[in-house]
Amino acid sequence: MTGPTLRTLDYAVLQQCMHCGMCLPTCPTYDQTKRERNSPRGRIALMRAVADGTLDTTSGFAEEMSYCLGCLACQTACPAGVDYAELFETARSDIERNDSQPGVARRFWRALTLGFLFKRPRALRAVGRVVSAYQRSGLEALARRSGVIRLLPASLRRLEPQTPRIAAAFSNALIAPQEQPRAAAQYRVALLTGCVQDLVFPYVNRDTADVLLANSCAVDTPPVQPCCGSLHAHNGDLAGARVLARRMIDLFPPDRYHAIISNAGGCGSHLRRYARLLADDPSYRQRAHLWDSKLRDIQEWLVEIACRRPAAAPFADPVTLTYHESCHLVHGQKVSRQPRALLRLLPGVSVVELPESSWCCGSAGVYAITQPEQADLLLRRKTANIVSTGAAWLATSNPGCHLQIARGLDGAGADVQVAHPVSLLARAYRREPAAIPNP
Amino acid sequence: MALTQAITDGFTSIVGPASVLTQPEDIIPYSFDGTAALRQLPAAVVFPQTTEDVSRCLQFAGAQSLAIVARGSGTGLSGGSVPSAGSVVLCMTQMNRILDIDPRNLVLRTQPGVTTLAIDDAAARHGLFYPPDPGSMRISSIGGNVAENSGGLRGLKYGVTRDYVMALEVVLPDGRIARFGSKCVKDVAGYSMKDLFIGSEGSLGVITEILLKLVPRPLARQTMLALYDRIEDAAETVSAIIAARIIPCTLEFLDQTTACCVEEYAHVGLPTDCAAVLLMETDGHPAAVADEAGRMAELARTNGAREVRLARDEADALALASARRNAFSALARRRPTTILEDFTVPRSELAAMVTFIAETARAANLQVGTFGHMGDGNLHPTFLTDERDAEEMARVHHALDLIAKKTLELGGTITGEHGVGLAKKTWLREQMGDSSFDVMKQIKQALDPAGLLNPGKIFD
Repeated sequence: MTGPTLRTLDYAVLQQCMHCGMCLPTCPTYDQTKRERNSPRGRIALMRAVADGTLDTTSGFAEEMSYCLGCLACQTACPAGVDYAELFETARSDIERNDSQPGVARRFWRALTLGFLFKRPRALRAVGRVVSAYQRSGLEALARRSGVIRLLPASLRRLEPQTPRIAAAFSNALIAPQEQPRAAAQYRVALLTGCVQDLVFPYVNRDTADVLLANSCAVDTPPVQPCCGSLHAHNGDLAGARVLARRMIDLFPPDRYHAIISNAGGCGSHLRRYARLLADDPSYRQRAHLWDSKLRDIQEWLVEIACRRPAAAPFADPVTLTYHESCHLVHGQKVSRQPRALLRLLPGVSVVELPESSWCCGSAGVYAITQPEQADLLLRRKTANIVSTGAAWLATSNPGCHLQIARGLDGAGADVQVAHPVSLLARAYRREPAAIPNP
Repeated sequence: MALTQAITDGFTSIVGPASVLTQPEDIIPYSFDGTAALRQLPAAVVFPQTTEDVSRCLQFAGAQSLAIVARGSGTGLSGGSVPSAGSVVLCMTQMNRILDIDPRNLVLRTQPGVTTLAIDDAAARHGLFYPPDPGSMRISSIGGNVAENSGGLRGLKYGVTRDYVMALEVVLPDGRIARFGSKCVKDVAGYSMKDLFIGSEGSLGVITEILLKLVPRPLARQTMLALYDRIEDAAETVSAIIAARIIPCTLEFLDQTTACCVEEYAHVGLPTDCAAVLLMETDGHPAAVADEAGRMAELARTNGAREVRLARDEADALALASARRNAFSALARRRPTTILEDFTVPRSELAAMVTFIAETARAANLQVGTFGHMGDGNLHPTFLTDERDAEEMARVHHALDLIAKKTLELGGTITGEHGVGLAKKTWLREQMGDSSFDVMKQIKQALDPAGLLNPGKIFD
């Protein structure tokens, strides 16, 4: 099963774009260059030219699709309802199929990451443990001090400081496979622990479980979970994405749960679209539909079940906080008011609106690695906006945004802490008189 | 149709290599504007930075007999900035600075690439107002607005772009730089040449600087929705409001198809079960707004409105207006191709026109969504079709012909605010009559004898 190409895709999806231009002011790359090829309607025009056979998937075409953040701001802005995500993923898949961005090194890294590590959760954790040990043993600091780093090729040297700090223990060590709330459970939910979330922010998963327990949900968290396939779909490996989607559905039979919970904006946006991904697979199609209907972002789910207001404040002193919207949460999943509603539940916290809250921070999956210059421009813009609010805390709901923005704030010397909204909720619940235990 | 190296080099020597695009991936996205089903690849796209650049580009193009198509943000709705075969697109988006705002004289001087919204935002910082608000105002360029003489939702009370242009700087086809008009409210020196260039669709010269009139920003406004079971009742309400000597800033009409599509996109609470929705807005002094809003709501009820809803607050009002601005694009949800028209009739003929459009579509078995500026007689019947279906497209074009003829019979015009461009050329001579049409062609001949500026637009 190979899936559609731009040539074989339903042409009406391309025609849906009537190039009115309403997307232009919302596109971060068009905003930067003011060139139509860097805009959503311009990119769709290029895709349509490929579908029409008047343009090949040239290296220029590949570069353009790589320059697109995939932030989907255009999809929110589009009155005509163009499914840009589908077009974009199909275009990137065409590029891979036609090998429009050749290069031995690129092929090696793709095979290692998409083809191996992000398909084998145990191998990924093993690599995570090695990196964690390296970071904690003092070797990393030594390497940086001694200048050994300078021996690395330029492309890796630039990335080295961006390596996130890997946690000492992962989600499976923090969360039991099945946990029950103190009172009778009203809901049964599955908790997806993710890949980056699991390696870098496993305590966000613990916090998510705690907040679910505090809201009468029984939580199933299998210790070993496959990657959801978002990275694969986003980077042109749709076949790999389908394999992973089937594994997820097998591991979490959707009929068993009231909701399947994701706490990472980027994963959730892909996770709730399995039905489309598996549309041509008769043995999974129906379950994929059911899966999509059960998939919830944690914040969406909490608001849906009327999240309990914490009886304690998360901090000893009053705090001002602002909220950055993960692109794939606000544009990909249309979850925008719920995180704000949850933050307003927090006693002692005043929420101020962040200017351009839904403008991409430049993280965008692997974008900060593939397009460092544009990513950096976006990060500086985001950091300046955050600093302008005067907030002491920034809440955001995606590990990529979290890492990127924390790095930006650090670089700007800004004293702003970053946290997932559920972590703040969990913190408040833990400070309640009869608190849930600290992990 | 690629350019020779010598020609590319010629443009490069004027604007620099980064501002000349010739690669397919770069120029394919300049093959169209906001008009459906029209596309033509240009030979190159050039981005001038200064008036001097424009002048030298036009001189060079003249010497090489190259056609030049000026373009702003490419949101036009009549194909006015769609390239002609082999032409060079002069894209004005990098001339995007507001040059000066003069609150003592209530004027703003700007380059053509600034967006309409940015103009009004700049005015607002001084308590002033730039009223024309075409649907694409967040991205449309002010130069494009002047070239097409764009309208918007506030035309009824505030008029259109022309009513705010006090002076223009224009580069003529031979490269001369000319200025017309001044900061003076009264200025009758010579022919009103600026008016010749407003709405000339890039066929007589390239606009490089614009002096705009601003007005005081209204202190209050009230937005409301009136819902109807019969379209005729909505039209009657509009007539009754005008007859009551009220001039609201907005009286927008949406039929059921349009309201459903807009609601699907914007989720602003538009009803999807009634035949017609009127979006009404009055602005001005708070006391006058309160009085007029009350009377408008009352007139809507006495003319058969099922319900009248007031916008809760400013955010609600803005959401409703911006939802309406996206009506045309939202209609694209139904079928692959949306053919939008811009027929305008005297207000007294509106009910007859709306009925005629619905009947014509029904007889031809076509889907149509109609919306528009009912207060100024400007309707946007939008046919929902598929450009790949030749037989259905033929029926669409036949229906449009019938509606155009009816428009002219009723004393209307084939275009109220989008311009003639490519889309409406076939009906222009019929509307204008032979001698008016010939005068226009003589003017074009006098200013652009080689026919190099936006060839094939307005007329052949």
